[in-house]
Amino acid sequence: MKAWLTALIALLCSGLALALGAAMLALPEFAVRLPGQVAANLDASGVAHPVTAVLLNFRGYDTLLEVAVLLLALLGVFALSRHASDHAHPAAPAHPVLQTLARLLAPLMVLVAGYLLWIGAYAPGGAFQAGAVLAAAGVLLRLAGLLPAWAQPGRLLRGGLALGLLVFLAVAVAGLPQGELLHYPPALASPLILLVEAGLTLSIGLTLAGLYLASAGWRQ
Amino acid sequence: MTPALAFDLLLIAALLWSAARALITADVFRAVVLFIVFGLLMALAWARLGAPDIALAEAAIGAGLTGALLLDAVGHLRAKWRGPER
Repeated sequence: MKAWLTALIALLCSGLALALGAAMLALPEFAVRLPGQVAANLDASGVAHPVTAVLLNFRGYDTLLEVAVLLLALLGVFALSRHASDHAHPAAPAHPVLQTLARLLAPLMVLVAGYLLWIGAYAPGGAFQAGAVLAAAGVLLRLAGLLPAWAQPGRLLRGGLALGLLVFLAVAVAGLPQGELLHYPPALASPLILLVEAGLTLSIGLTLAGLYLASAGWRQ
Repeated sequence: MTPALAFDLLLIAALLWSAARALITADVFRAVVLFIVFGLLMALAWARLGAPDIALAEAAIGAGLTGALLLDAVGHLRAKWRGPER
């Protein structure tokens, strides 16, 4: 009986996979050629890399909301961890080799994050990747027992978490008198994007690390 | 067969294998490790497809941070399972 059920589920899954594949093959031609439009307007975007131009300029609204969603996710983790425990959790002592490695790697990772942030204007990189490297440094330090878990994030930490979204919102609203939300003046686009990305890198790094560091505080 | 094609075919096979193993295996820890392996292979696949931005994000967030979170969750679960027996 169970074997029959498994076979039936496998058959249904295969049928769904085939239907999805057929649907992919039957997709109509794209009505709008977006890559061409991006390439045509790249000079006005303030950056030389098309992906960064789309994320921070042409489709900045999406990125703004993404950052807000990321912050909301961390708030959810905070709300859960309040119930789990109220006292601070000192980090567990780790192996000295891991501690030394983490001490050596953490500054390098900060350097790599800075490089990724800067190179994002010209080549693959940008705020999300740089933030992820920063967050990885935080998780590594936590695993090595060098960082305490976030039982009660202080004012400075909360400010850092909100900074990226606040800078992005400020830049978005600052363009409002000239026209519309998130409209950068072309002459200022390059420094504005770098400013937004620098704030985002810090906040995304803290948020992603916080997802780990806040939940690590649950351990009783 | 060119070396690039052979590499791509090997990559596809390894992706499908690690995905299937991660779903099928009964051991939670092994499933998480296979998920991380899948994430790193996926990053490689994105790089091969000419999307280095997504490859970077996949390696850092998909494999690295999600993997760390999942491993932490496995640790919590193990502590919980072991707890009542003491």
